[in-house]
Amino acid sequence: MLDLTPEKHMDRTGVLINPCKTCQPVGALFAALGVRRCMPYSHGSQGCVSYHRTYLTRHFKEPAIACTSSFTEGACVFGGGPNIRQGAKNVFDIYDPDIIAVHTTCLSETIGDDLNTYIEEMDIPDGKYVIHCNTPSYVGSHVTGFANMMAGFIKYLAVKGKPTEQVALFPGFVNPGDIREYKHLLKRMKLKNIVFPDCSNVMDAPMTGEYKMYPDGGTTIEEIRALGSCRKVLALGRLTSEEPAAQLKRKCGVDFSLLPLPIGLADTDAFVMALAALNGGDVDAVIEEERGRLVDLMLDANPYYYGKKVAVYGDPDTVLGLTRFCLELGMIPSYVLTGTPGETFVRLADSMFKEYGRENECRAFAAKDLFDLHQLIKDAPVDLLLGNSHGKQIAKAEDIPLVRAGFPVLDRYGHPSLSIVGYRGAFALATKIADALMDAFDRNCADEDLDLVM
Amino acid sequence: MSAEILEERRLSIQRKGGGCGGDGMRCDAASVAGAVSQRACVYCGARVVLNPITDAFHIVHGPIGCASYTWDIRGSLTSGSELFRNSFSTDLQEKDIVFGGAVKLTAAIDEVMQQYAPKLIFVYATCIVGVIGDDVEAVCRDAEKKYGIRVIAVKAPGFSGTKSTGYRMACNALMQLLTPHADQPKAVGVNILGDYNLAGEMWIIKNYLRDMGIPVVATFTGDASYDTLIKAPTAQLNIVQCAGSMMYLAHRMEDAFGIPWMKASFFGVEDTSTALRQVAEHLHDSQAKERAEAIIAKRAPVAEEFLQRYKAHFIGKKAAIFVGGGFKAISLIRQFNEMGIETVVVGTQTGKEEDYEIISSLVNPGTIILDDANPAELETFMKEKGADILVGGVKERPLAYKLGIAFCDHNHERKHALGGFEGVENFTREVNLSLNSPVWQQVRTGASYHLRAQAPAKQVPRLLGHRSKRVGA
Repeated sequence: MLDLTPEKHMDRTGVLINPCKTCQPVGALFAALGVRRCMPYSHGSQGCVSYHRTYLTRHFKEPAIACTSSFTEGACVFGGGPNIRQGAKNVFDIYDPDIIAVHTTCLSETIGDDLNTYIEEMDIPDGKYVIHCNTPSYVGSHVTGFANMMAGFIKYLAVKGKPTEQVALFPGFVNPGDIREYKHLLKRMKLKNIVFPDCSNVMDAPMTGEYKMYPDGGTTIEEIRALGSCRKVLALGRLTSEEPAAQLKRKCGVDFSLLPLPIGLADTDAFVMALAALNGGDVDAVIEEERGRLVDLMLDANPYYYGKKVAVYGDPDTVLGLTRFCLELGMIPSYVLTGTPGETFVRLADSMFKEYGRENECRAFAAKDLFDLHQLIKDAPVDLLLGNSHGKQIAKAEDIPLVRAGFPVLDRYGHPSLSIVGYRGAFALATKIADALMDAFDRNCADEDLDLVM
Repeated sequence: MSAEILEERRLSIQRKGGGCGGDGMRCDAASVAGAVSQRACVYCGARVVLNPITDAFHIVHGPIGCASYTWDIRGSLTSGSELFRNSFSTDLQEKDIVFGGAVKLTAAIDEVMQQYAPKLIFVYATCIVGVIGDDVEAVCRDAEKKYGIRVIAVKAPGFSGTKSTGYRMACNALMQLLTPHADQPKAVGVNILGDYNLAGEMWIIKNYLRDMGIPVVATFTGDASYDTLIKAPTAQLNIVQCAGSMMYLAHRMEDAFGIPWMKASFFGVEDTSTALRQVAEHLHDSQAKERAEAIIAKRAPVAEEFLQRYKAHFIGKKAAIFVGGGFKAISLIRQFNEMGIETVVVGTQTGKEEDYEIISSLVNPGTIILDDANPAELETFMKEKGADILVGGVKERPLAYKLGIAFCDHNHERKHALGGFEGVENFTREVNLSLNSPVWQQVRTGASYHLRAQAPAKQVPRLLGHRSKRVGA
């Protein structure tokens, strides 16, 4: 049995079991892949980048390119300067990107490599760029790395200018399908925009019969420069996008609105209202219809959601969005958990529980692992798991249906191109949740309880 | 992508000339800085070798990433404990980096011991541990004293060499485990080294040996457990399957316990038959030899007949191989030869010079041989040589698919056993499925993704009905 979790709670300060997070560099690498003709570059041992590429490939089912400084023992003693000088030269010579986005690793951070100086002293070909950010693996999580890489791009590239009519959108740590949904909403709301970073058509590039090392998608360098002259930034994901938005405000004075990821009804409403505030108050009729269809579904299927207990786990902003949607559906998010450290997550979740009158039935945890979650579930079970693929073992051990959402989904296909944001994303998610709950009922019920009509 | 090759990489790429013999392939070295290497690190090498030991606690001492990326990804099956499919880490934080992580590691071991009763714990020292100077070995020694179990440090900082270095570190850890058990009376039977029981392949080999009347003492490390491993010094012979990872252990066991070794490959009819015969010969066991012949006589024709039925589907097909070790590449070339498929590109992550010599002797002139290839090189040469199928691992799969080339996973993600006579059928079926899936008709002709080019040039009125007809036409 794939279950080593004892019921009795284990107090742990030393060992983490079955993580609900991974390290900063993979998030940084993912962010850099959302920039056109960018080569992500890991300043550390060669294993890091191999793991990150594999991890991203396992989720997206797409190639994920990146280079490495390929540290040796010598580099650890004398510093990785020669490695990155040679590495960057090789990258420009052979892979010809427009920009190299360097992130650090636990190793290069600890030996104290100064990337600012290395890059300043670097011989960079005309018209090309090298930027960097610090991503010590022992701080935060992959989400932190994603935010740090965004801030790195902004720090190096964004230029203050006369405000244009463009709106900047920071998408949060989401899938290409989600970005496509944002763009649909932006287009319907007739807003000129820059989405940064933009992994659509990069990490879900269509099949064309040829391999493009740099797929057609991604935010361009020009667009990143132009972030500095946007009239407003909509920073989605309170815990992911605040740092880069603050960086842009510090550097170029661009105001930002910090919003939750638009998952579910209320948070999508907030996003659409923020868009309406920028386009003069006009909400497109098609969006109204999408919202109406979502509410219609929530009404039709309401008895099947109401009172169902759910455990939501994964990345902080995604989990907060999913949690609110569960509450909107009448479900009880008994356990809401992220591996990423930070008490803001717990505070935001707790206030959400209060808002829906569920504060006595729901608990939120940051910096916890899936072993904790499993112990909680053994203590008092739930009807549904909502999160990434790593919940699979718990689902099997406890015979609980699992709806996959968030990062990573390693064991299923197609998910990165689907969306969980916007009204349409919520519609798809609500359908999946009802399917999972009702399938579980059908599978386990007595013959006389198997209903064809609902 | 351009067909340019990094100057530093030229020595790691060879085009086989008329003769044979590898003339100084640059291999077994660190990747070139700035290359998009397909290769992993020392930690990765150590982790993949030890991970299948089912009832050990594998505690990764470092920040969370190294543990996250290696959680339950190996595809090694177990007949006993499922413990190894969980992920344990000390999840080092900034304060641990400043003040040292030894306290946290000690706490981790204490917590594990309070809740469970393992006989064996491996502690993997990752990049950062070496740099901040944690004395992992001292922590392990103290824990051994305190709890009376084995707690073994695996020295695997990523930067301290290549993946092959990691294999050696894992083998050293295994020797540390075995050495106190050196003085046991010899038993009848063999150890199997370098099979990780992916999709149950170790069980296939064990079944053959059982049918030959040869007991298996210990397995390294597929479906292994503490209790079987410590009996390993009593075996008469070590059979080494994945030489890349385990040759070093075979040498060390020969020195320490006097166990002779033989290399064997259980991939393909030819190699499997040879392996079974040679095991019996090495043991000077005429009865086992007879039984091996009986197994071969029964199984080989069935597998070959199966292969024959599919051969018509493979005529004129060309294969590219990019795998971890040299020995596996060699087996695959032989297997493709049996199937009538020509190998046109072959590369490994960790092949040794002698491996490349054998590879060179097995392939046709013009075949491209690569060490530590990157995607650009794989693409260039697969296109140039017109490969129809790539055999590789997870990172290579999407690349193959993007190029419209079929793919067969011969790595951790394989879902069917590819070893033994059973494996011949599975491999043939998989190669056939992948090569002849109807999806290639969509992908290769290009028809499906150039609708605009096919649409009638003249603009029809943009009525909805018309438009949908046009797209469907």
